[in-house]
Amino acid sequence: MIAYLIKRLLEMLPTLLGITLISFFIMHLAPGKPTDILTELNPKITPEARERLEKLYNLDKPVVVQYGLWLKRIVKLDFGESFSTDRRPVMQKIWDQKQSLLDRRLFITLMINLITFAIILAISIPIGVSSATRQNSLYDKVMTTTVFIGFAMPSFWFALLLMMFFGVYLGWLPISGLKSLNYDALPLLGKIWDRTGHLILPVFISAFGGLAADSRFMRSSMLEVIRQDYVTVARAKGLPEKKVIYKHALRNALLPLITLIGLSVPGLIGGSVILESVFGIPGMGQLFFMSVMTRDYPMVMCILTIGGMLTLLGNLFADIGYMLADPRIRARQ
Amino acid sequence: MKGRPLRNVFWRRFKRNRLAAAGGVVVLLMFFAAVFAPFISPHNPDDIDRKHVLEAPSLRHPLGTDDLGRDVSSRVIWGARISLSVGFVAVGIAALIGIMLGAVSGYYGGWIDRIIMRFIDVMLSIPTFFLILAVIAFIEPSIWNIMIVIGLTSWMGMARLVRAEVLSLKEREFVLAAKALGAGDANIIVRHIMINSMAPVFVSAVLGIAGAVLIESALSFLGIGVQPPTPSWGNILTLGKDNIEIAWWLSVFPGLAILITVLSYNLVGEGLRDALDPRLWDVEI
Repeated sequence: MIAYLIKRLLEMLPTLLGITLISFFIMHLAPGKPTDILTELNPKITPEARERLEKLYNLDKPVVVQYGLWLKRIVKLDFGESFSTDRRPVMQKIWDQKQSLLDRRLFITLMINLITFAIILAISIPIGVSSATRQNSLYDKVMTTTVFIGFAMPSFWFALLLMMFFGVYLGWLPISGLKSLNYDALPLLGKIWDRTGHLILPVFISAFGGLAADSRFMRSSMLEVIRQDYVTVARAKGLPEKKVIYKHALRNALLPLITLIGLSVPGLIGGSVILESVFGIPGMGQLFFMSVMTRDYPMVMCILTIGGMLTLLGNLFADIGYMLADPRIRARQ
Repeated sequence: MKGRPLRNVFWRRFKRNRLAAAGGVVVLLMFFAAVFAPFISPHNPDDIDRKHVLEAPSLRHPLGTDDLGRDVSSRVIWGARISLSVGFVAVGIAALIGIMLGAVSGYYGGWIDRIIMRFIDVMLSIPTFFLILAVIAFIEPSIWNIMIVIGLTSWMGMARLVRAEVLSLKEREFVLAAKALGAGDANIIVRHIMINSMAPVFVSAVLGIAGAVLIESALSFLGIGVQPPTPSWGNILTLGKDNIEIAWWLSVFPGLAILITVLSYNLVGEGLRDALDPRLWDVEI
């Protein structure tokens, strides 16, 4: 098991290197120099100052050397300073240790995605199993239709509709941000409720698309499994249907779902840009969007790299989960 | 099914799937709307009318007006042009790259295959939307650039699919026969292998159009896609968000157009997949 883990980690290295390569060279696709954005706003900048700036970012060296130097720094998680007016270190903007954990950007994005995962799993598995066991029933058809609509629903539009209904029309839920203006004055319970209220709509939207995909996948996986011989055998030896479904079939049908969940990590993280922009959530996605708009290159490169790393981690966890769930794989190692 | 040409079997199965057929009709209608937009839209989509700003749907303006008094129904119809052309061109680019890399990777194998597959792994590891945004940061957000960027970031699934097809086809007798007759690699790949793996590629392209339409609308919604005054479903929705408390029609209708379009392409794609997959022919759908 440990040998397998080490092997998997080693296999991740070239991909990780590739991710840094792409993050780095996308910056060099841009016409002009990355520091142009710093200098063009300041017409009075002297050529010497420009040169100093280029030296600071190693732009006077060959591209390959620049990449090497950059790589050397990011191994220590040093992504340089942001180009925005505050000039803070990039890592500090994503993970500010002076802020409370709940307000750090990376934490906010991770938290929303983890809650989303939990909800998707908790709902899509029962839906998938029940539609499979009742194939072609009215329930199955309603679920299938819902799933198709869920696939096609643009998340930002759905978000607008729910904001309009629950936020503006009913006035039940806040439609923007993570906490109210009077948050600091609230008692502890009020604080918890305030944060929960702000999270309900974003998490629901974020889970909706995944719910559709995963319950559909669970259904077809289950349909495949219940046609297998060992399920027929379980039935033939007189086991109650519940036991056949939940003990014999479900466990096997769950395996492919683990892979699918690992694969859905990049989609969710990428989607956080839209989600956080629509709801005004101060997470990593929103920061990425702002950095792109202001051409804050170090920030963009950093978040691209972190996004790639998170995806790799997701895949790794999926593999571990698969190994824990499937005795055949464990035996082979 | 005995004795019937395969094409008939396919059509019968596609038509029997009523949802897929309905999706096909909607797709055709959308085409019609996009092509004949100048003739069927009730107003000029760019006509500004300061006296009728943010009006609710009425007989004169079936879907209301926006913050400049432009007719929303006309803008939605013209938006179909943008969405569909982005969808088709982006998927065309993605298919071209995907087919080429997939075919080369599967046919030659070895280190070429390993490098291409590793590259695909890397591309898939970076969240697609991040990648698109990062590239857009450096270029003008014109409609052509949007098409290219979406195409360049969505070919990976197609490449894997084609590679798998090629791997299973390249050892077949007819390919070996062509090889024995002295056919060149390009000839074998194009005339013997690609022709036979077109069906799944086609299905994946149809589903890809749905994905590209979604991405374009999201980009335009965020303000970095198709730029106003060119009407796109996504950038009408931006106005919807800005006026969320007073003008529901700006949010509801363009979104509905996206939903219906994407849904139809998905239904057609799934219908084609089922109809083309012989393994499913004895199973009820």
